Amino acid sequence: MSAASTAEAPAYVANTKVGRITDFVDERVGGSGILREFGRKVFPDHWSFMFGEVALYSFVILLMSGTFLTFFFDPSMAETHYNGSYTPLKNVEMSVAFSSSLDISFDVRGGLFMRQVHHWAALLFVASLGVHMLRVFFTGAFRKPREMNWVVGGVLLILAMAEGFTGYSLPDDLLSGNGLRIIDGVIKSIPVIGTYISFFLFGGEFPGTLIISRLYTLHILLVPALILLMIVLHLFMVVVHKHTQYPGPGRNDGNVVGYPLGPVYAAKAGGFFFIVFGVIALMAGFFTINPIWNYGPYDPSPVSAGTQPDWYIGFVDGALRLMPGVIGDFHFEYVIFGHVLTLNVLLPALVPAGIIFTVLFMYPWIERWITKDNREHHVLDRPRNAPTRTAIGVAGFTWYCVMWAAAGSDLIATHFHVALNDVTYWLRALFFLGPIIAFVVTKRVALALQRKDREIALHGRETGRIVRLPHGEFIEVHAPLDEYKRYKLVGFESPVPLPAVPNEHGVVTRKENRRAKLSQWFFEDRVAPATPAELEAGHGHHEAVEAGEAQKTLSH
Amino acid sequence: MKALSQKRRHPLAAIALLLMGLLLTGGLYAVATTVNEAKATTADFSASDTEEGGKLFAANCATCHGMGASGTKDGPSLVGVGAAAVDFQVGTGRMPMQMNGPQAYEKPAQFNDEQTRQLAAYVASLGPGPSIPAGELLDEKGNAAEGGELFRVNCAMCHNAAAAGGALTRGKFAPALTDVSGKHIYEAMVSGPQNMPVFNDANISPEGKRDIITFLKQIEANGSPGGADLGAIGPVSEGLFVWIAGLGVIIAFTIWLTSRTS
Repeated sequence: MSAASTAEAPAYVANTKVGRITDFVDERVGGSGILREFGRKVFPDHWSFMFGEVALYSFVILLMSGTFLTFFFDPSMAETHYNGSYTPLKNVEMSVAFSSSLDISFDVRGGLFMRQVHHWAALLFVASLGVHMLRVFFTGAFRKPREMNWVVGGVLLILAMAEGFTGYSLPDDLLSGNGLRIIDGVIKSIPVIGTYISFFLFGGEFPGTLIISRLYTLHILLVPALILLMIVLHLFMVVVHKHTQYPGPGRNDGNVVGYPLGPVYAAKAGGFFFIVFGVIALMAGFFTINPIWNYGPYDPSPVSAGTQPDWYIGFVDGALRLMPGVIGDFHFEYVIFGHVLTLNVLLPALVPAGIIFTVLFMYPWIERWITKDNREHHVLDRPRNAPTRTAIGVAGFTWYCVMWAAAGSDLIATHFHVALNDVTYWLRALFFLGPIIAFVVTKRVALALQRKDREIALHGRETGRIVRLPHGEFIEVHAPLDEYKRYKLVGFESPVPLPAVPNEHGVVTRKENRRAKLSQWFFEDRVAPATPAELEAGHGHHEAVEAGEAQKTLSH
Repeated sequence: MKALSQKRRHPLAAIALLLMGLLLTGGLYAVATTVNEAKATTADFSASDTEEGGKLFAANCATCHGMGASGTKDGPSLVGVGAAAVDFQVGTGRMPMQMNGPQAYEKPAQFNDEQTRQLAAYVASLGPGPSIPAGELLDEKGNAAEGGELFRVNCAMCHNAAAAGGALTRGKFAPALTDVSGKHIYEAMVSGPQNMPVFNDANISPEGKRDIITFLKQIEANGSPGGADLGAIGPVSEGLFVWIAGLGVIIAFTIWLTSRTS
């Protein structure tokens, strides 16, 4: 519709009053145009596409329950004597922050429920964010054009962790104080500037009297604002890029097959919000989380057994637990020009997290460089069809999980009746060997699954029906697949290694050689999808299939 | 008296005076203090208790602890551990020990109350040691808040702030303190069983111990105001729960929501 024709045609007049008001507003804000555009956005349906939604809804629930909590929470570290209804803490000296957290738990109507909603939603927020990222990684959804959105997602993960940690510290109970003490130790282990940063952050020597109110400002203002900004950017890019889809008949890089947002998907998504809210509310109603009254007020002298951070910071805590203080006679602590360098805190606290996030942010570019793949991808990979990427992902995930498990080493020891020292030794070994084992096993499993797919595509599905032929031979009848199912098994890209290519000067650079080697490593083990010719052969009788088998193109 | 004043310049007079002073202060301290209260509690037990206990000991304990409880390489000497140690170890089933290991596990008691009493009488007769606490210390009517503070400062680093237990090195552990009688908690503090340190009456006064028991019993009776406590072991069980139950249920819903098309 051109601008000229709209100007000339005020022909439409609504019949009802509501209609006329709506029309009035619409002519000025253009709502129907926006609605038409968004309402026609198509979303493919798959359960694994919904984790981002879970994270978004958890965040909305966090905003709502958090607002409630701010009405009653007082982030002051001034000393007071508790005078609420929880008798085991009666008259105990504590900070106002802890006292008001106890009041929320015991004296504000619905306060404990809201605290538990807030905390469970926080755990679920980070968990669903993590699972969403794993889905994106393993299906290759980070490829062009979505690399930037992958980075935004990574930033969101870091912000979520920061938001979680600042919130965990606010009640000023013994557990969170122990956690802050560890953070303080990590900050102080940074060479030269560490002590200055710590004194700046805490306004003097730990714990000081400022940290809770400072964390509160970060927790309710800065970090949530940044998260909101990143969510807007993230969703904006989702709309621009359109949603990815799993491979299937009729699906390609030029279309999206699914339901439009309005009305089907809007209804589903709206309903799903209430499902997530319901699940969180049930958890909050029936299961305790962070029972601060058990931990008591923070005081720098006591440290409770079983002191752990919330799960998403666990891997850093685990790395700290795994680090040996000395190895034989080798020490990790030095005094250089009067400055203490404690590598046994600095290394485990910063290096694994640094590696994880660096690789996470760079991975789309690393893979793009190796594969020289500059095309847009809107159809996802099944994880098995990208064996090396899947193996890298599982190796990284395993590494993370080893550190994660190490954060619970004391509980593994007590609950499985094994020695804490043995748990630590095993986890130290797995810290180095786990990722390698995981890589090899995952890659072999992925290749085996590809072979199985190929087998089924060529021979059809095993029916379990054994038939005896007139001459006495037994065969199992294989039922051929229908076209749609077969497409899924054969319709994928299977890149081959890209040899080194000379540049414009006819020189093969060292970098290019390295790339070619990596490409070889990436793609050398491959099971090619069954070709149409092979499929044709597969439809023949049994011997012909065997012949087709022999042509299987394994590159080595 | 004259002899005393005449010999006041004797070369050994200073040493004698010092000795007297030391003896006097030491003696006064021993009388005044209850720190190492040498309670020869045999008074609480009859001679026949001690005698029966000796027989039970020879039949059930002497293999490791030696005849006369003088100790072997498999078990320590029990001279001077007192009736409290026996009442705790035998009363909670930790002794006789199921097998040698880093630590004895709690199990159903192997002796009845009468036999436990007799064993305690026998061991108490061997040398002075902490006795079984009096009933008024176990009435659970102390100050729970004070007890909580004492517990967090002295006990929580091993037993966990919520008394849920925790790990120690090389297979040793601090057990959870739920379902433990006040008497046994008190005895554990004064006798330091397994890998636990002794908290004598100078570290924590008997009233402090009473407060701790009051605190432990009160938090146990309070239950968990926020719903199921997931083992009261903190963020690990909470994380496990959100990943398995929380996300698990949500994944089930996502599969249900998308089941029509896929």
